[in-house]
Amino acid sequence: MPIKLPSFRQRRDAYPPDLWTQCPSCQEMLFNKQLEKVLRVCSNCGHHFRLSAPARLNLLLDPDSFEECDAGLQSLDPLGFVDLKAYPDRVSAAQATTGLRDAAVWGFGSIGGRQVAMCVMDFSFMGGSMGSVVGEKVARSAEAALARRIPLVIVSASGGARMQEGTLSLMQLVKTVAATERLRLAGVPLISVMSDPTTGGVFASFAALGDVNLAEPNALIGFAGARVSAGTIQGELPEGFQRSEFLFNHGFVDRIVHRSNLRDELVKLVALLAPVQLPAPSSDNGNIPAFRPLSFLSALAERVIPESDEAVRG
Amino acid sequence: MVERLIGRSGRKGSSDADLAREPEAPADPTAAVWAKVQLARNLRRPRTLELLALIADDFVELHGDRFFGDDPAIVAGLARIDDRRVVVVGQQKGAETDENIRRNFGMPHPEGYRKAMRVMELGERLGLPIVTFVDVPGAHPGAESEERGIAEAIARSIALMTRLQTPIVTVITGEGGSGGALAIAVGDVVLALENAVYSVISPEGCASILWRTPDQAPAAALAMRMTATDQLQLGVVDEVIPEPRGGAHTDHPATAATIKTAVVRHLAALERRPLDELIEARYRRYRALGAFTTVDLEPVAIPERPGFADRLRNLLGGSARASNGTGSNPTRSHDEPPAREEV
Repeated sequence: MPIKLPSFRQRRDAYPPDLWTQCPSCQEMLFNKQLEKVLRVCSNCGHHFRLSAPARLNLLLDPDSFEECDAGLQSLDPLGFVDLKAYPDRVSAAQATTGLRDAAVWGFGSIGGRQVAMCVMDFSFMGGSMGSVVGEKVARSAEAALARRIPLVIVSASGGARMQEGTLSLMQLVKTVAATERLRLAGVPLISVMSDPTTGGVFASFAALGDVNLAEPNALIGFAGARVSAGTIQGELPEGFQRSEFLFNHGFVDRIVHRSNLRDELVKLVALLAPVQLPAPSSDNGNIPAFRPLSFLSALAERVIPESDEAVRG
Repeated sequence: MVERLIGRSGRKGSSDADLAREPEAPADPTAAVWAKVQLARNLRRPRTLELLALIADDFVELHGDRFFGDDPAIVAGLARIDDRRVVVVGQQKGAETDENIRRNFGMPHPEGYRKAMRVMELGERLGLPIVTFVDVPGAHPGAESEERGIAEAIARSIALMTRLQTPIVTVITGEGGSGGALAIAVGDVVLALENAVYSVISPEGCASILWRTPDQAPAAALAMRMTATDQLQLGVVDEVIPEPRGGAHTDHPATAATIKTAVVRHLAALERRPLDELIEARYRRYRALGAFTTVDLEPVAIPERPGFADRLRNLLGGSARASNGTGSNPTRSHDEPPAREEV
């Protein structure tokens, strides 16, 4: 009678991960090259896979219109943070796997022929967490959008603030929101696109404050992470909790947009939201003018004083 | 910033205070930080209402956010401190179990922050300075909180405080728990009591994510440098207010008196500044927080196992890519496989 030896060969259903990805929603095996072609959306059940920052830019912006700004920003280790691994090691590991310097990329581009400032986050870089670099890039994109009076589009994909930079990460909430608030006061629109996931400090800052909030279907969007909630609150959380549809039903998301429609939707929105050009000339010679408080305040005043209202609207 | 720290400890007659604390402060830094966290969480620590009773000559509490309800975890109202009318907003934990349950263990819901915003806006309109007291484990992380938009409320409150046209002094009196604290802790001046802590996430939460177990909370507390003096060094906090021996809970009147002196001193200084300058300085204060550097290097190279075709392509197109130089080359990254899904 033959003895059955344990097999050390791979099981036949173990697809090579370089080529195949299993859909976490419907368990379908998807061929990676095919998945790329369909914008990383499961052709079987419509599950939206996470998109890298370059792929996202490629999807949303007009071809070859993107010029990246501040590509060289790189985080320091202000706390000397070590958990199971030192923070700088985590950063360089993430840089090696993603090819990005940090979890956000920003620059200028055009959508449907209209100039926008765009900041895109990448979840694969340390969970898209917001440390000093991400905060700085969001703030700079908002300041640049204000200086040029062009809409700002932020695509979020983040687990929240980066723990390894401690309260300096927390301060990025203030930094980013202070900048987007100036946009809001100046009448320059902010479009916030929330992809899976948008949680914690990113959702509790600029992502929640868009003039228009878009979300991809079934994206995880919420304030407290599941592990935090479970540790603090007894009892189960409801089904579908913290998903795009939950937020839509409670009035915090304007529209849930399928990835294949996202660009068209943005083309329409950018055209409809285009900020009214104030008479003040903006220096548009390529370099971003610094934020000038005086001109900003006078611009504000022009919008507030009633007689100049027609001029502004017209 | 280090000089500021040294200047502080030198100014105060610190030698005997240090001696008094010596026996109770453990030598192990992790244990020392954890002892501070426990002090910051001490149930007898004075909260906003207790402090106001000792600091303010008058205090009228205002209730309700005008949308949904009143949140007992945040108190807000009008007060008079030394002939100066101010708006006060602060978190309120309970000392007893009953009160703690009623106040939801000091964890605010969205309506708490919306009440805070309403009252702070009132202060702005009346030209009254704002004083906030921060002591919160974190915003309430439950389902109702999310349904009513806790993240939106926090974001909106931070946004409002960055542009309020009136001086704001913030005092971290106990636990500065992440966004739930920050929502009322954006100020022209941020003060912290000596044993207060301020962190981006609770040490338990940090430990359960990075160490995979909440038992490592003391290690996480040390790594996050969450004590008041650490925050002073990082520039997040502007001044540390000394506490009585043994901690603020041992002597409420003395704690209140030192807080009052510091708050009044800062209010007086801030009121002298023109408003537009004040707002710009506040913007710059937060704009400058962060630690990063700019590197002028090639984009990070991705070590990948190139296939034959890739290698061939690299060989042929390599010179063109090398001359490309600076950081912006999104075209390169387009065709590479995105990082695998974490499921």
